[in-house]
Amino acid sequence: MQFSFQRLRALLYKEIVQILRDRRTLLLFFLLPLIELFLFAYAVSLTVSHLPTAVVDQSLDSRSRDFIHALANSGNFDITLDLQNQEQVLKAIDNGTVKAGIVIPPDFAGKVLRGEGSVLILLDGSDSFSVESGYSAASSIAQKYSLELTAQSVQAGGAASTSATSGGLPIATITRVLYNPDIKDLVFILPGLIALIMQIIVVTHSALSLVREREAGTLEQLLATPARPFEMIIAKLVPGMLVAMLDMSIILVIGIFWFQVPFQGSIGLLAVLSILFIISGMGLGLVISAVTKSQRQAQQLTSVIQMLAMLLTGFLYPRTTMPLWTQLIGDLIPLTYFVRIIRGIMTKGVSLSFLWTDTLTLVVYAGIVLVVAAALSKKRLD
Amino acid sequence: MAEGHPPAPGPVEADRADPIFAENLTKRFGNFTAVDRVSFRIHPGEVFGWLGPNGAGKTTTIRILLGLIRPTEGRLGVLGFDPVSQTKAMQAQVGYMSQLFTLYNDLTAIENIRFYGRVYGLGREQLVRRQQEIIQMAGLEGREDTLTANLSGGWKQRLALGCAIVHNPRVVFLDEPTAGVDPISRREFWGLIYAMAKKGTTILVTTHYMDEAELCQRVGFINQGRLAAVGTPDELKQTRMRGQVLEIETPEPDRAMRILKEAQARKSLPLEEVALYGAQIHVVVPGAEEYRHPLQELLADANIPVGNLEWIVPTLEDVFISTIRETADEE
Amino acid sequence: MTTTNEIAISAQGLVKRFKGRGGAVTVLEDITLEVKRGETFGLIGPDGAGKSTTTRVILGLLRRDGGRSSVLGHDSMRDVYMIRAESGYIAQQFALPADLTVMENMRFFADLHGIPAKRQKGRIAELLKFAGLTEFTSRPAGRLSGGMKKKLALACSLIHEPQVVLLDEPTLGVDPVSRREFWNLLGNLRAERGLTIFVCTPYMDEAERCNQVGLIYKGRLIARDTPAGIKKMVPGRLLEFKPAQFETARKIVAGLTGVLQVQTYGAMLHPFVDDLELRRKEIEQALTAQGITWSGMRAIQPRMEEAFINLVTRQEEAENG
Repeated sequence: MQFSFQRLRALLYKEIVQILRDRRTLLLFFLLPLIELFLFAYAVSLTVSHLPTAVVDQSLDSRSRDFIHALANSGNFDITLDLQNQEQVLKAIDNGTVKAGIVIPPDFAGKVLRGEGSVLILLDGSDSFSVESGYSAASSIAQKYSLELTAQSVQAGGAASTSATSGGLPIATITRVLYNPDIKDLVFILPGLIALIMQIIVVTHSALSLVREREAGTLEQLLATPARPFEMIIAKLVPGMLVAMLDMSIILVIGIFWFQVPFQGSIGLLAVLSILFIISGMGLGLVISAVTKSQRQAQQLTSVIQMLAMLLTGFLYPRTTMPLWTQLIGDLIPLTYFVRIIRGIMTKGVSLSFLWTDTLTLVVYAGIVLVVAAALSKKRLD
Repeated sequence: MAEGHPPAPGPVEADRADPIFAENLTKRFGNFTAVDRVSFRIHPGEVFGWLGPNGAGKTTTIRILLGLIRPTEGRLGVLGFDPVSQTKAMQAQVGYMSQLFTLYNDLTAIENIRFYGRVYGLGREQLVRRQQEIIQMAGLEGREDTLTANLSGGWKQRLALGCAIVHNPRVVFLDEPTAGVDPISRREFWGLIYAMAKKGTTILVTTHYMDEAELCQRVGFINQGRLAAVGTPDELKQTRMRGQVLEIETPEPDRAMRILKEAQARKSLPLEEVALYGAQIHVVVPGAEEYRHPLQELLADANIPVGNLEWIVPTLEDVFISTIRETADEE
Repeated sequence: MTTTNEIAISAQGLVKRFKGRGGAVTVLEDITLEVKRGETFGLIGPDGAGKSTTTRVILGLLRRDGGRSSVLGHDSMRDVYMIRAESGYIAQQFALPADLTVMENMRFFADLHGIPAKRQKGRIAELLKFAGLTEFTSRPAGRLSGGMKKKLALACSLIHEPQVVLLDEPTLGVDPVSRREFWNLLGNLRAERGLTIFVCTPYMDEAERCNQVGLIYKGRLIARDTPAGIKKMVPGRLLEFKPAQFETARKIVAGLTGVLQVQTYGAMLHPFVDDLELRRKEIEQALTAQGITWSGMRAIQPRMEEAFINLVTRQEEAENG
C-alpha cells in the first residue's frame, strides 16, 4: 500500500483546521475539563461532615467526655443522641436517625492510662462516603488520644458486619485514608479525573468525527481521491491525541500549582503511558464509529460508556466492593487500568515495575484496537 | 429605527378579492436589502410561479408572507389577514410545504397525516375523513403504513403536499416541491396542483424547473431583491426576451462552439449568449432574420457543416436569463 | 471500430446487490454502456433507479457483484487507485470541508493528488478563474452560495487534470442561471480539453446536452442512444392541447383509436398519435361531440422528458402486463 507524506500532511491540516474553526467544540474540549476540575475542587465534597451521631458513654468520666468533645469540635460529628447501649445505636442507624454511633466502654480513663484505650464506631453502611468520612475523622482523633479504634459498618436490618479486613472496613478505604490523611478530596480525585477527561475527549472525538464524515458525505468524496484509508484514519486520530495531551497538561499544571496536589512520580513515565492510554481510547472510539450508523447513535453509545467509566472503573467508587459482573464490565474499559497507573504515579510515586500488569493490558488493548482499525480501513463504501 | 410597518388602512375591496398581495414590500437585514419594494397581487385560484436565482429574495418573501419574518416596510395581506399582527389566525388557513420537507421519517405515511391534522386542530371525525381523502388524493392507498423513510422521492412529495393541505387551506405555499423528483411523479404532482387550483385554492409555488414554470398561470421573477418581471409565460416570452433564439444543429458542436465564442468575444457579431445543448447550440441575437445569414456564413467559412439553423420560441429559461442579464447591465 | 484507447468508460453486464431486510435486493442488473473519449454521457432516471449506484460501482466505491467495468482501461475492482488518480468525481451529497476556505480546499485536493507545490500555484489560479471564484479565495466553503459550491467542487475535481469526470446530480437544487453557467463550464471543458463527462441527472434538459443518453429504470438500462435517437424511439407524433374538462377529455382521448398514449402536462394533454392529421381531426370531433371546448391544439416535438415518460410507462406496462 502506498503512503504519501504530502497526502497525510494535507489530511492532518484539514482535520486541525476543522477542529480549530469549530469554536463550540473547541470551547467544550478546553472548558469542560476546567469546569469539572473546579467543580470537584470547590463544589463537590466527597467527605461528609456534621454526621448526625449517637453517643453511648458507658464510662462517664472526664476522659470520655474529653473525647466526645473532641469529636464534636472536629465538625465531623454532630452529637444528636445520647443512648445507653449498642443495640439502641444500631436501631438508630437503621432507621436513619443517625449516621454514626460512638460507643465508649466502661472504665475508659483507666484503660487509657494503661495504654489499652479503645473505642467502637458504628457507621451507616449504606452510605459509603459517610463511612469513609466518619472512619477517617474518628481514626485521626482516636490516634491523638492513642486509642485503638474499631470500626464496624452497619448494614440494612441493623446488623453490624465485620469483614475479614482490619477494623471491619474494606482495605481500599483504608488505603485511601492512609495516603490522604487530610482527606483532601482533590488529591484523591485529580488523577482519576485527568484520566476520565482524557478518555471522554479521545473516545468522543474519534467516534464522532468518523461518523460525522460518513454522514456528511465527505467521506465518499475523499475515498474517490488517491488518499489511502490508513492515512485518513491517522489524520483523524492524531489531532484528538494532541488535544487530549494538551488538556491533560493544563489540568495537571493547575492541579499541581494551584491546588497543591502532590506529584510524586516520574512525569516521563506518565507521558509515555498516557500515549498508550490515548491509543486504546481511540481504538474504542473507532469501534464505536464502526458499529453505529449515525452521529446520534454514536453520541448515545459514547455517553453510556462514559457513564460506565465513571461508575465502574474505580474513578470514584472502589472496585473491590462491586459484584463480579460489574467488575468484568469495568475490565473492558481502558480507563480502569489507567486510573491505577496515574494514581500510582501521581499519588504514590511508583515506578513501572509496579504498574507492569496494567501497562501490559493497555498494550494488548492498543494492539487489538489497531488491528481492528486496520480491518476497518476500507477503500470502498461497502 | 424600529422594525415594523404602518397599520393597514382598513380593508380595501381589492385587498379582499386577492388572496395574496404585497405592496412595496421591503426587508432589510442591516445594510443588506433582501427584498426591495416588491409589489404583486395573486388572484383567487391562481397557480403563481415564484422564480429567481438562489439568494434573490424568493424565500425571504415567502417567509414574510407566512408571518415568519417581519417586513421592514410595505403592506401585505394573505386571505384578508395581516401576517404580522394576525399571524396565527392567518396560518390556520394557509398551507406550507417547505423545501426540506416537513415529514417525519420515523412515522408512517398515515401517522404523518394524522400528526399534521391534529396540529392544525382537526376534530376526530374530521380527521378520519380528511386522512382518507388525502391518501386518495396522493395515491397512497396500500402505502399508508409504509415508514416515510422507505417511500421514494415522488411519494414523499405527494405525502408532504397532503400534510400541507390537511386543513383545507385556501392558500398554499409550495417551496420547490419537486426538487430531484423524476419527471413522471413531477407531472402527476402538477396534476394535483391543478386539481387543487380548480377547486379554488390559490397556490404560490417556487421551482427551479423552468418547464414547471411554464405550467404556471402567471409567473414572477425576483432578482437581487427586486421584482424583475410579472406576467403569464407567454407575455414574458413576448415582452421580456431581449433578443431572439436561434438553434443550430451541427454534427460538430464543439468546433462550432469555439468559433461562435470567439466571435462573441471579438464582438464581430452581437451574440448575447452562446450555449451548448448537447449536440445543438442556442444563440441569442437581437434579430433572428437579420443574423441568421451572417451566422451561417461564419460557420461555413470555418468549414463547419450545419444541419439546421432556425428560430425557436424561447423557453422561460431563456427569458429568465435574459432578464437577469438586463438587470445586471442596468447597474 | 473503436480501439481501447478511445473508450473512456466501459461497463458490461454490471450487477449489484444490496443486503436488505428480507434477503438480497438486486439494485443493478445487466448494465452495459460505453463512453468514448470526449463524449458527454448522461445517465437519466427516476429516484432510486440506480444512477448513483452505477456511478459508484464504476468508480470502485462499491463492490460489484457481477459483470465488468473499467475507467480508462483500469478495472474498477483491481485498479481502484489508478482510477482515482486519473478521474474526477463529484458525489451526490458531496460536501467539501465547509470550514476550509476556497483556497485551502483547492490546496487540500491538490495535495491529495500529489501535485508538487510549485505547480499548484499556477494550476489553482487557472481553475479559480475558470470557475469564477478568484475573488472568493478566502471565503469558507460553507458560506458560498449553492451554485458556487458546485463550481468549487468541479474545480477541485479537476485539479489533477483528469481525462474523465463523473458527476452525480451536480446541479440538483441549483437555480437555472447557475445551472446553465455550470453546464457552460462543462461545455468549455469538453470543447477545449476534450474532457469525457459522465453525468447523472434528473434534469431532462441536461440530457439534451449530452452526446449519449442512458435511461435507467429499476436497475436496468431501458434505452441507450443519442438524444435524437431516443426521441425517435417514441412511437407516433405528439399533439398538445388544453381541454376545458380535464379528466373527461383525458378519458375520451385515451379511448380513441390511433392514440398510442396520453401524457398530462399541467393543464394540458399530450396525446401520441400514429397519424397526425387524421387523429387530430378525430380528437377534435370527439371532444366537440361531448361538448368539451379546448384551446391551443398543435403538434409539438417530443422532448426528452416525453420520451422518458413514454419509455418508462411502456416498460411498466410490460412488467405488469
